Amino acid sequence: MEKSRSELGQIIVGVARDPLGLMGLIIVGVIVFCAIFAYWIVPYDPIAMDIKSRMQGPSTAHLLGTDQLGRDTFSRVIAGGQVALKVALPAVFGAMAIGLTLGMIAGYGPKWLDNLLMLFFDTIRSFPTVMFALAVVALIGPSLQTVVFVVMATSIPTYGRVARTQTMTLRNSEFILAERSMGASMSRILGVHMLPNIIGVLAVLAAMDIPTVIALEAGLSFLGLGVKPPTPSWGSLLKDGYSLIRQTPWLVVGGGLPIILATLGFTFLGESLRDVVDPKLRKQR
Amino acid sequence: MLNFATRRFALSLLILFVAVTVMFLMIRAVPGDPVQIMLGPRATPELQAQLTAALGLDQPIWKQLLIFYGNLLQGDLGTDVFSGRSVTDIVFQQLPFTLELIFASILWSATLGIALGAYAAAHPNTLIDRVAAAISVSFVAAPAFVVALLALLVFAVHLQWFPAIGAGEGFWDRLDHLVLPAFAIGLSWVGYIARLVRASMLEVMGESHVRTARAFGIAERRVVMVYALRIAILPVVTVIGVGMGFLLSSAVFAEIVFARPGLGKLVIDSITTRNYPVVMGSVLISTALFVVSTALADLINALLDPRARTAH
Repeated sequence: MEKSRSELGQIIVGVARDPLGLMGLIIVGVIVFCAIFAYWIVPYDPIAMDIKSRMQGPSTAHLLGTDQLGRDTFSRVIAGGQVALKVALPAVFGAMAIGLTLGMIAGYGPKWLDNLLMLFFDTIRSFPTVMFALAVVALIGPSLQTVVFVVMATSIPTYGRVARTQTMTLRNSEFILAERSMGASMSRILGVHMLPNIIGVLAVLAAMDIPTVIALEAGLSFLGLGVKPPTPSWGSLLKDGYSLIRQTPWLVVGGGLPIILATLGFTFLGESLRDVVDPKLRKQR
Repeated sequence: MLNFATRRFALSLLILFVAVTVMFLMIRAVPGDPVQIMLGPRATPELQAQLTAALGLDQPIWKQLLIFYGNLLQGDLGTDVFSGRSVTDIVFQQLPFTLELIFASILWSATLGIALGAYAAAHPNTLIDRVAAAISVSFVAAPAFVVALLALLVFAVHLQWFPAIGAGEGFWDRLDHLVLPAFAIGLSWVGYIARLVRASMLEVMGESHVRTARAFGIAERRVVMVYALRIAILPVVTVIGVGMGFLLSSAVFAEIVFARPGLGKLVIDSITTRNYPVVMGSVLISTALFVVSTALADLINALLDPRARTAH
């Protein structure tokens, strides 16, 4: 435990030394801070309507103006960040856990199982993400859970394939052979010896995957097929802004900039993490 | 080569078969009666029975699947629940608009991206190289639909340089309508492709066939353009093929934002009206498009670089 903590510390220091990594760290930090403390940061209730002050431009009272129902845009942007992370984090971690397990089994298990799992991965990957998402939403109806499910299902193959490749390169290494010759069980070899060597690479993938997830959630909400109103989401801000683009253009800016900023932040962080954790990965992407 | 092509083609067919079957079963596994969902609560029992029979829902599931595949092989994707038109006709009427948009997006972004990447690799660590790197990193991050919305706001609504709605009539008008959506979809690809080409170019420049070409006294310009770039653009071919899914996804959003006809608009419209045969048909065609383009990318790769043939 002591050792892993210092390793984590080293990684953070390594990321912070890289200018882009530091920028990513700061942006992600701000977004996470705003999401956690959203309740205390928002100047207005993000879903409270105030018809008297509807469709107002940015002012000192409303930093980013108000929408067609008089809701404060700035408050909705902050609260929207919370929703974005609420979707992104469980989806990414869920996909990573499932992908990791399946990938390790595919890489270590018998050949027929490997072929079967690869066919499964290839099949999921063969649906264009948004088309798959739309089909699922059409079937089980729009909700926050649906978005999490869709994101998880579509990103499992990415983690699975990487975990498989890593397991395959590791399975013939000497320390695994030694462990196997001593009669260690498969679960011990995978869990105790393989896992620590694979998890770093997957964590980097996860960091780089979060922007895609945030964009997908926002995209579905923009189409009216993601989180349901009145829950504030960056995507639903864009939806409201789009339908009244001549009257309330500040909604488009208020919903669009946080998405671009979050994407930038996580991409910077992910790339910098990758260079620190495993420079060899750079070539693969 | 022929062997590789056959195997790759067989794999694509298998994937497509599994994907379509999964999708078919998914639709049937939805809780609730699809007929009731489609017709709404106020439909008469006669009408419901009629639609159930028309969709073949009164048959056992395996028979439904067989009928579905039988029709599919004859190019029949079913009938639109509301208009009674053939889904195949509807989908293939919209498909050209989407393909036109995807093609325009990838054409401008790949051209610019390859040029930027090749130049940056030939002149590493110069100002242009640094600027290109900064642009790639920042644009990679921009989701197409956000760019589309901001572009719509700035260039169509505010500055009114380009039309905001539709696909246009006649060549120049259509081109005019393509500019903003193609810009939005292609933007993140420019930087991505530039980075890819730069990296693979630097690698290829160190390889022996390039060294040999130089040793033969061939002009540096020709070495870069002919001997290095030919190999260096291979990853771009793969990435575009594999990226077809992303391109299709971006196109869906661009079509909604700019109110363009196309597959994306068709899917969204049919989802909101619960027109399942049309949803199924358009998802199926776009999946097929994606699978075929990935396979094509692999084949082109194998044609241009014999080493790739043994990799599978």
